[in-house]
Amino acid sequence: MLDDFFIRALIAGIGVAIVTGPLGCFVIWRRLSYFGDTLSHSALLGVTLAYSMEFNIALSVFIISSLIALTLIQLQKTTNLPGDALLGLLAHSSLAVGLVVIGFLSFIRFDIMGLLFGDILAVTVDDLLIIWIGGALILLILKFIWKPLFASTVNYELAEAEGLNPDRAKAIFTILMAAIIAISIKMVGLLLITGMLIIPAAMARNISSSPQKMVMYSIIGGLLSVILGLFSSLEFNTASGPSIIAASLFLFILSLLNIKQSIKLKN
Amino acid sequence: MSSNQNILVKLNEAGFSLNNKWLVRGVSLQVEKGKIVTLIGPNGSGKSTTAKIALGIYKKIDGSVEKYTNKVGYVPQKISIDWTLPLRVNDFMVLTESLDKESIDEALSLTGVIHLKDKNLGDLSGGEFQRVLLARAISKKPELLVLDEPVQGVDFTGEIALYELIKKISDELNCGILLISHDLHTVMSATDHVVCLNGHVCCSGSPMDVAKNNEYKALFGEQASQILSRYEHRHDHVHTSEGEIKKN
Repeated sequence: MLDDFFIRALIAGIGVAIVTGPLGCFVIWRRLSYFGDTLSHSALLGVTLAYSMEFNIALSVFIISSLIALTLIQLQKTTNLPGDALLGLLAHSSLAVGLVVIGFLSFIRFDIMGLLFGDILAVTVDDLLIIWIGGALILLILKFIWKPLFASTVNYELAEAEGLNPDRAKAIFTILMAAIIAISIKMVGLLLITGMLIIPAAMARNISSSPQKMVMYSIIGGLLSVILGLFSSLEFNTASGPSIIAASLFLFILSLLNIKQSIKLKN
Repeated sequence: MSSNQNILVKLNEAGFSLNNKWLVRGVSLQVEKGKIVTLIGPNGSGKSTTAKIALGIYKKIDGSVEKYTNKVGYVPQKISIDWTLPLRVNDFMVLTESLDKESIDEALSLTGVIHLKDKNLGDLSGGEFQRVLLARAISKKPELLVLDEPVQGVDFTGEIALYELIKKISDELNCGILLISHDLHTVMSATDHVVCLNGHVCCSGSPMDVAKNNEYKALFGEQASQILSRYEHRHDHVHTSEGEIKKN
């Protein structure tokens, strides 16, 4: 069964969607969309380094993204530059360095399009293992830090005052972000990973009344996007990443209908 | 050393500065089990800062803080909650500690907002939200309660009831309370120890001692001093200057 590339892609996509669901909610709640962009742009550098040193791509991306995230935290402490400027600085410089390194690697055949937009043909059985084992680990750790992370998202001082150690939870969450980008890069491509994180979660926000429901709907939305996106990718011969994101946009637009109804009710 | 075991938090010459400006400095105080310590002082005198030092929210401080409990309930003065979160009162109650339904309902009933349990936090009025904040802080049965203007925006009768509730909680749970309040009337009748702040500790002691203090009079005026004296009359006796005890 795993011989069929499409089945492999589906299993990989489902694994990714289950993990991006809850993480995406935190990205929205904590206003981290640009942080996600910065990490995914830096992933290009990770991929090129993996090729040049014949190293595992997911692991290499994870290491580089974590380093970029830690650099960002350090720069925020030591400079007076605003957060968005630092994010832009790191995003574009790591993207540029990644592209320069590609130039040096002219002896390797590179599928740039696949890298940027995802490539379902490229998903191997090894990738499936990385996605499912890595994804399970991410969810396990997220469950462990859920309370302090969520409490400090609502109000940092309450969490700190009542002994929950929000700084540690934030640092761990940053590493989890690097990890999800590393395991989902082959499916969605590095330009669109943030979309996979925020669009299903944004859709879920429109239709949910509690944080738990939002996480649940976000996972369901991600799963539907992956299934819809991959089938249409097969049907229309389009890249897998954009197809999945377009499907999630479609679901988001549907969720807007729910908002309109509730406004009418209030009036 | 039994009295030391009762100490929940102790500040030694504590101070905090931001951008080379002292917000408050040289504060020494301690909160013990079953006691209410009240911080008073004009705006910008460092009351909330002192509370945050005691709570460990500010870390780069001058002096030292010794905290002997981790069971803390906190009602901050200002709270900005991001409405990108779909959050109901019920979700907010279990924010920092998992509680059973009975504890949640009991706390919400005590502060008179049980009917709002399933409401969205963003839909509450200021006074309602304040009652929810207080309910959340007491629901986990803390050893130390830090209440920064806990009844702001609450209607007049509610205010009195909530102060009575705070006093009752301190007795029943035997928890220490660090209270910040502007309302001299209500506070003084229940407080064990008053610390008057104005960037530093300008005076401290029992409500009566503080009321007599000249620096306190200079800060709050003669009238405030009389308010405190009136409260002292509620007791069944007064201490005369000669050291006699005179029954009222």
